[in-house]
Amino acid sequence: MTQPEKTTEHVLEVAHLSVTYHDKHLFAPDTSFQALTDVTFHVNHGEILGLVGESGCGKSTLSKAILGMLPRAEVKGEIRHFTKRPQMVFQDPFGSLNPAKTVGWILEEPLRVFGKYDAPERRRRVLDMLERVGLGEEYASRRPAQLSGGQRQRLSIAVALIQRPRFILADEPVSALDVTIQAQILDLLWDLRQELDLSYLFISHDLNVIYSICDRVMVMEKGRIIEQGTVDEVYDHPQQEYTRKLLGAVQL
Amino acid sequence: MIDTHNRTFRAGAVITGIMLLIILVGLVWTPYDPNAMNGAAKLASPSLAHLLGTDNFGRDIFSRVVQGAGATFLIAAVSVAAGLVIGVVLGGLTGWYGGWVDELLMRLNDTLTAFPSILLALVLIALFGSGKYNIIFALGLLFVPTFARIVRMEVAKQKELDYVRSARLMGVGSMRILFVHILPNIVPVLLSTIAISFNNAVLAEASMSYLGVGVQPPDPSLGRMLNEAQSYLLSAPWYALSSGVAIVLLVLGFGLLSEGLGGETDA
Amino acid sequence: MGTIAKKTGTLLLTLLLVSAMAFLAFQIIPGDPVTKILGTDYTPERAATLRHELGLEGDLSARYLRWLAGFITGDFGISYSYMKPVRQVMQGKLAVTAALSVLSWLLVLLFSIPLGIALARYHKGVFARAAATVNQVFMAVPPFFIGILFTYLFGLLLKWFVPGKFVPFSESFWGCLGYLFFPALAIAIPKAAKTARLLVSSIMGEMQKDYVRTAYSRGNSRWMVIRTHVLRNALLPVVTYLAMSLADIVAGSIIVEQVFVVPGIGRLLVASIASRDFPVALTIVVIIAALVVFMNYVADLVTQFIDPRVRLS
Repeated sequence: MTQPEKTTEHVLEVAHLSVTYHDKHLFAPDTSFQALTDVTFHVNHGEILGLVGESGCGKSTLSKAILGMLPRAEVKGEIRHFTKRPQMVFQDPFGSLNPAKTVGWILEEPLRVFGKYDAPERRRRVLDMLERVGLGEEYASRRPAQLSGGQRQRLSIAVALIQRPRFILADEPVSALDVTIQAQILDLLWDLRQELDLSYLFISHDLNVIYSICDRVMVMEKGRIIEQGTVDEVYDHPQQEYTRKLLGAVQL
Repeated sequence: MIDTHNRTFRAGAVITGIMLLIILVGLVWTPYDPNAMNGAAKLASPSLAHLLGTDNFGRDIFSRVVQGAGATFLIAAVSVAAGLVIGVVLGGLTGWYGGWVDELLMRLNDTLTAFPSILLALVLIALFGSGKYNIIFALGLLFVPTFARIVRMEVAKQKELDYVRSARLMGVGSMRILFVHILPNIVPVLLSTIAISFNNAVLAEASMSYLGVGVQPPDPSLGRMLNEAQSYLLSAPWYALSSGVAIVLLVLGFGLLSEGLGGETDA
Repeated sequence: MGTIAKKTGTLLLTLLLVSAMAFLAFQIIPGDPVTKILGTDYTPERAATLRHELGLEGDLSARYLRWLAGFITGDFGISYSYMKPVRQVMQGKLAVTAALSVLSWLLVLLFSIPLGIALARYHKGVFARAAATVNQVFMAVPPFFIGILFTYLFGLLLKWFVPGKFVPFSESFWGCLGYLFFPALAIAIPKAAKTARLLVSSIMGEMQKDYVRTAYSRGNSRWMVIRTHVLRNALLPVVTYLAMSLADIVAGSIIVEQVFVVPGIGRLLVASIASRDFPVALTIVVIIAALVVFMNYVADLVTQFIDPRVRLS
């Protein structure tokens, strides 16, 4: 991790990022697909940066690229993290939790891997984290299938947080939830930012959600960032045709 | 997670349970010594003294069937277990790492599983000779591709799910993810395969012992008993009947269990 | 057309691979057949001549190629036990096993389809439940046990055939068929039970689909729906299964031939393994293996042609 001079403290810097997928076929010509092109942005300490765009525009690819989860793709450009152990809250709260394990086991696993705590200490931290995200002690022995959508998402957040990150990448964290539950989870994320000094990259296709929680926002179209600025700037004075189109389709 | 309440599963469980009970008891006690010959009571029909009659040497058939069933069960169980362990490791590793090794092994696997297992088993016996340990080895080898293929397919599927990504973000090592995180999710699928394989093992062992290339005397085997019994069909049909029915019950029990679990009942 | 070419290519490659694997397998066996055959008559000259006759000279690849060339042209080598060409030893036996297998396959077809349809049609009655259970039992009974039961019931008690006295085709066509009927049936019963069950679950699966609902809404009775719409689609997986079953049936005949003392290649295979007559064993193994691969290929092609979904892709 490099520490260049900065005006405000950054937790993440991405410069000229391009991601291309190459598919090799045995009896057909090789194909390639450029998922991201020349993406440049940064996330400031303590802010919630939104990333909005339609399905398939490359949001998922960006989140995977940032966390180094694209072993088979061609990644060009720079990604600089200024925090340790950046974490992710996944879109599908069911798929991202191991259905064969209990809640307690899932939360304890990162601590086990870390190796520095003994069993009672791990137990204590698990229970502490459960409480912090609003789940009671009794959830520790349940399995993900026994939890509701909102509860699973809280658990996902807990899994991310128990590793003490400073930066969290939230990939459509509330898209699979009912509107009322959405509000609860957004409140939780907001409070946690305060309590634990977090910064977020918040990805969503839902403009309302972005508006309610984000400080700044980027608009992505077909793998490119076409506009970025504070939420008020972008929503009130959209510069690009595409942004206007997105905003026009939504009741704010 | 698994529905164990349907009638088929329960029927299978009952049958298997009774067979297992008899076998277990048989390990420590049988009404007569299975090898004790009694010249006075040759080919006696079923009676209170001998529940299933006696064979051409005067040996108690019931005791021999119990012993034979135990031996068949053990051979089948050990070979399935061996094939399972190796198959899981092989399938897990290839499914996880992929690449050309994976492609190659899968092609090989597809070719092998297309063959009737009897044929492969016979070839292996031809190579290594007969006897109970060779049978276990041959059958175990035969089951590796079956399990490897299923595990590999499931691992390749599970690998793409978010909980695996989440585990990687946690810093969990690859092998731990594979065997501690992913594997427990594959167990349900494996269960019915295990039951089917067990049945195939029982039939294969019985067949080969019947043919004379399986378990050799003095080791007990239902298959070999059937072979002996065939010569006395007219004079003592109960001999063949008991040995055969024992095989059928073993296979039926596990077949029903497997069907009850929702799997297919054919290899 | 391109897919057929590709699949045929895979077929040939697989056949080659299979023959190589089988050949290799039989080479690992320790012991020199030449010394065993010559025994006390061993001299270096005789050994060299015998080695040449048996095709045992040269390194592995040379031997394999020589063997392969011979195999394709019908020369299967020399049997160690009989010291005669394998082809001669096998004469007539292949036909017997073929007859047995085809007969068995036809019996499977004959029983499983109507049975499956009937089970699906009356799937709710007590009768159907009982029938399904009986089906399960039939799936669990190994062919050689059925064979023994038949020998007892039809052979010894009812005397419809003489167990162990095979009637050759040359002697009497109907006699031969009559004798083969019982082993064929013994093999067919568990297979038919499994096939019927496959058909039932296939039909049931189809009944869940949308187009069935449409058919009902047009006023068709359940039976009409099954007969006119569902059956065609439900039979698809069954056809594939049946095509592949032929291989299993041939394998089943290996054991059943022992029970009924039928002079086919199954019985010959077992004998050759017991007596370590590897040229014979190898030949039969490769023939059966090739048959299996070929039948899978046929099943694959048949599926291609019948299944409209596959054709379109």
